[in-house]
Amino acid sequence: MKISEIKNILGAELICGEEFLENEVSTACGSDMMSDVLAYVKEQAVLLSGLVNPQVVRTAEMMDMKCIVFVRGKRPDIDMIDLAEQREIVLLGTKLEMFTACGLLYKNGLKGGSGI
Amino acid sequence: MELLSLHYEVSGTDFTCAGEASGKIKKNLKELGFPTNIVRNVAIAVYEGEINMVIHGGGGVIDVEISPDCISIVLADQGPGIPDVSLAMQEGYSTAPDNVRQLGFGAGMGLPNIKKYTDEMIIETEVGKGTTIKLKVFVN
Ligand SMILES: Nc1ncnc2c1ncn2[C@@H]1O[C@H](COP(=O)(O)OP(=O)(O)O)[C@@H](O)[C@H]1O
Ligand SMILES: [Mg+2]
Repeated sequence: MKISEIKNILGAELICGEEFLENEVSTACGSDMMSDVLAYVKEQAVLLSGLVNPQVVRTAEMMDMKCIVFVRGKRPDIDMIDLAEQREIVLLGTKLEMFTACGLLYKNGLKGGSGI
Repeated sequence: MELLSLHYEVSGTDFTCAGEASGKIKKNLKELGFPTNIVRNVAIAVYEGEINMVIHGGGGVIDVEISPDCISIVLADQGPGIPDVSLAMQEGYSTAPDNVRQLGFGAGMGLPNIKKYTDEMIIETEVGKGTTIKLKVFVN
């Protein structure tokens, strides 16, 4: 699915990375624990998180992820946005909670890291 | 044949900057044309090590030696050291304070992750003196 579809499905706001909205992604993971994200590396391209600090962007960077969705209306600060822009990572923000956001994306065809 | 050596200083107080060195190392490896999975494995291992340096080790230095068939990394700090290495290596073991956990780390997965993503991991540590972690990732 295109990142722009994720934005639509979640009614999300685009924070940065407009030029990458048409990129395709097929897998995602949701976590507030960055070490867990780093432990189960597969090919997840999207990270959903309720955590907002620069290490979320850095974790996505190390994992070659393309897009971060901040759930529950959390907003990154300008330094985080700068970091994401440099790393060419799309940032989206949704008011939805983690469970609902993940469920909607899953229902629409996005898979987990294990491919299921 | 050695392609490149890199050296970075890691602040022991600035959590925001933790990962800066790992990001640069990753970028270098990518530009040198190493395979994606090798680049990612090194990036994750060094990043966990860098985070540990900041939250447990009081900062330190990272040295990387890159050759076509092997990437060697040495992370050295002069922090408190690790009293029981085999305990520290267990998944879920962590002495990280709550404020670190709120930042998404301190799950006790760092050292196990480093082991998982590298081919060789040697921990030299002395209580009160510091910790040096030597890593190797072989290409192919
Ligand atoms: N560089 C270090 N200096 C001192 N202690 C360390 C260092 N790295 C790791 N440790 C100890 O080992 C434990 C486990 O490390 P790790 O697996 O990375 O988990 P976490 O960082 O989430 O606590 C830490 O909680 C800490 O007690
Ligand atoms: Mg750690």
